[in-house]
Amino acid sequence: MSLFSKENRETFFSPLWKNNPVTMQVLGICSALAVTAKLEPALVMGLSVTIIVAVANLVISLLRNTIPNRIRIIVQLVVVAALVTIVSEFLKAFAYDVSVELSVFIGLIITNCILMGRLEAFAMANGPWASFLDGLGNGFGYATILVIVAAIREFLGSGTLLGKEIIGKEIYELGYMNNGLMLLAPMALIILGCIIWFQRAKNPELND
Amino acid sequence: MNTNSNTYTIVYASVMVIIVAFLLAFVSSSLKDKQTANEELDKKKQILASLNVETKGADVADLYSKIVKKELILSVDGTIKAETGAFAIDSKAENAKEAKNRSLPLFVCEIDGITKYVLPVYGAGLWGPIWGYIALDADKSTVYGVYFNHKGETPGLGAEITSTAFKSQFKGKQISREGNFTSIAIVKPGKSDNARDYVNGISGGTITSQGVDAMLQAGLGQYVNFLKK
Repeated sequence: MSLFSKENRETFFSPLWKNNPVTMQVLGICSALAVTAKLEPALVMGLSVTIIVAVANLVISLLRNTIPNRIRIIVQLVVVAALVTIVSEFLKAFAYDVSVELSVFIGLIITNCILMGRLEAFAMANGPWASFLDGLGNGFGYATILVIVAAIREFLGSGTLLGKEIIGKEIYELGYMNNGLMLLAPMALIILGCIIWFQRAKNPELND
Repeated sequence: MNTNSNTYTIVYASVMVIIVAFLLAFVSSSLKDKQTANEELDKKKQILASLNVETKGADVADLYSKIVKKELILSVDGTIKAETGAFAIDSKAENAKEAKNRSLPLFVCEIDGITKYVLPVYGAGLWGPIWGYIALDADKSTVYGVYFNHKGETPGLGAEITSTAFKSQFKGKQISREGNFTSIAIVKPGKSDNARDYVNGISGGTITSQGVDAMLQAGLGQYVNFLKK
C-alpha cells in the first residue's frame, strides 16, 4: 500500500469537512466555545490539538499490539497527558502571553473527546502511518472550525483580526459599533450552529 | 506473549510511567530558564501597568530599568532592610510569614522626573489568589495608578477587577486621611463610605470585590510606618 493511497487520502481529508469532529460528531465543543473570542488563541489551540492528536495517534498505534487490554484507556491517557504537559511547557517558554490567555484550556486538551475518540476508535486498530494521518486530519478539522468561529467573533466583536484593526475609523464615525455580544460564549454556539446548518444544507447526504 | 496477565500489566504500566516521568522531567528542566525569564518579564509588565505605562510592543526590560530606580526592601517598622532585591520577593511566601518578620518590597520609580512608589499587594478572591500593584504619588497617599490580576476569578464577574473601568476609579483617591492610614474601601455601587475614600465594586463579583478591599487594607496596611514618614 503506497503512502498516499486513496484510502490514506480519505483518512486525512474526510475529517476536514465531511466527517468533521466538531460539526459532524459534535466533539470538543467546550474548548471551541471558550477559546474562540479571538483568533490568536484559537490558532494556537488548534495547532496544539493537531500536534497532540497526531503524535498520540502515532504512539498508540505503534504500541497497540503490546498494550494490555485492561489498562488501555489508562495507557492512552498517560500518553495524551504527557504530550499535553510537554506542549504546555513549550508554550510557557515560547509564547507566554498566549499560554496565560489559554490558561486551563491547554491542560483540558487531555479531556478533549476528539483525542480519546481517535485513539480508541482508530489508532488501536490501524497502522502508524494511517493513524498519524487520521490524527492530523482530525486536528486540522478541529482547528478549521475554531479558526472560522474565532475569525467571525473577533471581526464582529472587536473589529480586529489577530489584534490588527480591520474596520477603519471612518466607519466607526458613521455610527458603526462593535457587537459586544459576539465576545460572549453563547455566540460561539450560535455561529457553530450556523456552520453545521450550512454544512448539512450543502451536503444533504450527511443528514440522518 | 500473554498481554493480559497480571504481571505483564503491572510491568507494562510501571515501565511506561517511568519513561514518561523521565521525559517530562527532562523537558521541564531544559525549558526552566526560558520560563522564569518570561515570568519575570510579565511581572515587570504588571509593575509598569500600575504606573499607567503602555508596554505593548515596547522593550519591557529596557523600559523597566529606565523607570524603576530602586528596588528597596523595607521591614515592618518602615526602615530600609536592603537596597536591592525587592523584585525577587515572592508575595505569597512573605504573606505566609508572621507579620513582624515580613520583608516588604518597595519599588521607587520615576515618571517624567517625579517620584512614584509602587507597593505590591496580595490577597484572596473567591476562587484563588488575587494580587496587584498600587502606585502612589510622592506624598505617599494619592493613588497614581493600580494594577490587579487574579488566578481564576469568574469571567465577566470577579474577573472584571482587571478591567480598565474598575482600575481607573482608583486614580486620585487618597489612602490616608489627616496622616492616618485608612486604605480605600470597595463599596457596592450606590453605597458610600464617609470615613475613607471609596470606589464602586463589581456587581455580581461581591466576594472578589471584598477580597480586593481586604487585600488593600492588609497589604497597604503593612506599609503604615513607611507611609507616615
